[in-house]
Amino acid sequence: MTHQTLRLGYVPLIDAAPLIVAQELGFAAEEGLTFDMIRLQSWAQSRDMLGTGGVDAAHMLVPMPIAQALGLGPAYPAFDLVMVLSQGGQAIAISAALERALRDVGHDFAFDNPVAARDSLALVAGGRLRVGVPFPFSTHAVLVRHWLQASPMAAGLTIHTVPPPRMAEALATGEVDAFCVGEPWASYAVETASGALLLAGRSIWGAPPEKGLVLTRDFAERQPELTGRLMRAVWRTCRWLDQPGNRGTAAEIVSRPEYLNLPPELSERGLLSRLHINAQGETRASQDFIRFHADGTNFPWRSLAAFFAQRIAVNHGVDPGSAMAKAMGTFRTDLYRQHLRSAGADLPGASSRVEGTMVHPTAVASEKGQMILCPDAFFDGMTFEPPFAEG
Amino acid sequence: MARLSIIVVERDRERALKIVDGLVASGDHLVTVIAEETGLARRIAEQKPDIVLIDVANPSRDVLEELALVSGPMERPVAMFVDRSDEQMTRAAIEAGVSAYVVDGLQPERIKPILDAAIARFHMFQKMRAELAATKAALEDRKIIDRAKAILMKARGIDEEAAYALLRKTAMDQKRRMADIAQQLVMAAGLLS
Repeated sequence: MTHQTLRLGYVPLIDAAPLIVAQELGFAAEEGLTFDMIRLQSWAQSRDMLGTGGVDAAHMLVPMPIAQALGLGPAYPAFDLVMVLSQGGQAIAISAALERALRDVGHDFAFDNPVAARDSLALVAGGRLRVGVPFPFSTHAVLVRHWLQASPMAAGLTIHTVPPPRMAEALATGEVDAFCVGEPWASYAVETASGALLLAGRSIWGAPPEKGLVLTRDFAERQPELTGRLMRAVWRTCRWLDQPGNRGTAAEIVSRPEYLNLPPELSERGLLSRLHINAQGETRASQDFIRFHADGTNFPWRSLAAFFAQRIAVNHGVDPGSAMAKAMGTFRTDLYRQHLRSAGADLPGASSRVEGTMVHPTAVASEKGQMILCPDAFFDGMTFEPPFAEG
Repeated sequence: MARLSIIVVERDRERALKIVDGLVASGDHLVTVIAEETGLARRIAEQKPDIVLIDVANPSRDVLEELALVSGPMERPVAMFVDRSDEQMTRAAIEAGVSAYVVDGLQPERIKPILDAAIARFHMFQKMRAELAATKAALEDRKIIDRAKAILMKARGIDEEAAYALLRKTAMDQKRRMADIAQQLVMAAGLLS
């Protein structure tokens, strides 16, 4: 095995941990790899760097390769998502003014009750709600729309792209009334007293996939050996991140000046599932706020690709049927099986499923017999089944 | 033919001026600079530009992505990605460090001179940045070599010239850079002291 260097693009967020920790704790070296970590400033830049060959692989929002497949971006070679890197980690924050109004109507800020949060908000928001998300194609946008679709506020809901480092400022200056973002940016808004946390993304959807490892199809197919080494190094890091007791170390590593460049105290909150919901330091424990590996997190279900594609299609005037078919081809369950079997990954029998059916951890058939999948129910009981067989 | 309206999103005043100079020299355009990121989407939408230019690494780029997508079927798109058919131009721009959002339906022959001018300016910025980095690295090298020389002079009782010669010879013998040898010496001296 010759030693190789791969250029990996990442946006400075706590969920870049699988790539950063892989390099820092030797999981990359174990596969004969050095990760040259390239810090990027926007999701568009990540897409452009991968599309023009500036990086070999990137940490990307799960819906991004799907949007590319639907032609909603510049003309670049096809992108594939080879594994999910994280699930959850999103938080919804509201402005200080809305926080006061919600307290006045007796909302308890439990952080895990989307129905109560939605209905209380409808009482005080005055029929209009402007919500910031990091990118048009993001799990955040899907979560916010789904959460509020049955609310009287749905008609007055507008979603705006705001770069995560500017979220707190946008909330403080009244550019938006609320936002949904990944850590550490929700905690940053709390720390700067720009707003308060209302809900964890996971309370809206039990298993919201957040970031994925994305390569060009050309790279994944022409360099199978290298792709396999990359995937195994990252997969083992994800497993380490979900072993008890490792998150504090992970927070220290990702916070270093060359990566997130933040006080570890801030990065730690999301990683340890212990969030401060307001500047007074009120805390909420949010079970499994972010997951990197446990209970089937990394498997790129094709049904998830179809689900995101359907949402994107509806919002951007694309035919949903062909969008779902195209999207399912970008989630490479085949490569996941091929490259991670040898690392010991348990592999589900199916590559597609009905999304949103599991209220409790559920055992399903796998290559090794049985594997447990985490609950993936939506708060309102919605389910989604892709219209095609897996092929 | 109507003048094209171009917006440059750039916080650094000096860089913005250089870009504007380049664009104005490429034709009779109306060029506006937006330095403020607050309310960027609104500011751009109000001006209905033909072209928006922004640094590839500007965090506010994702706001433009949204502008490029949100226009409904009834309205004129505020801005679209550079013509999807011209992959080469997109690539050249991204590699130079500039991204361009161009209104739907603008003829390629009107876009090209503007993008060429922008690419030339951004190439210049890249070169300046690379030169700055090289100067900084050279300075670091010199500092570490000076420290290594001082250590050698003290430890072996030789003069500066002899210490320098010794470092140079060792580097040549080991086929390594002088700064690397100096770095090792400084580190070893730190351990021993």
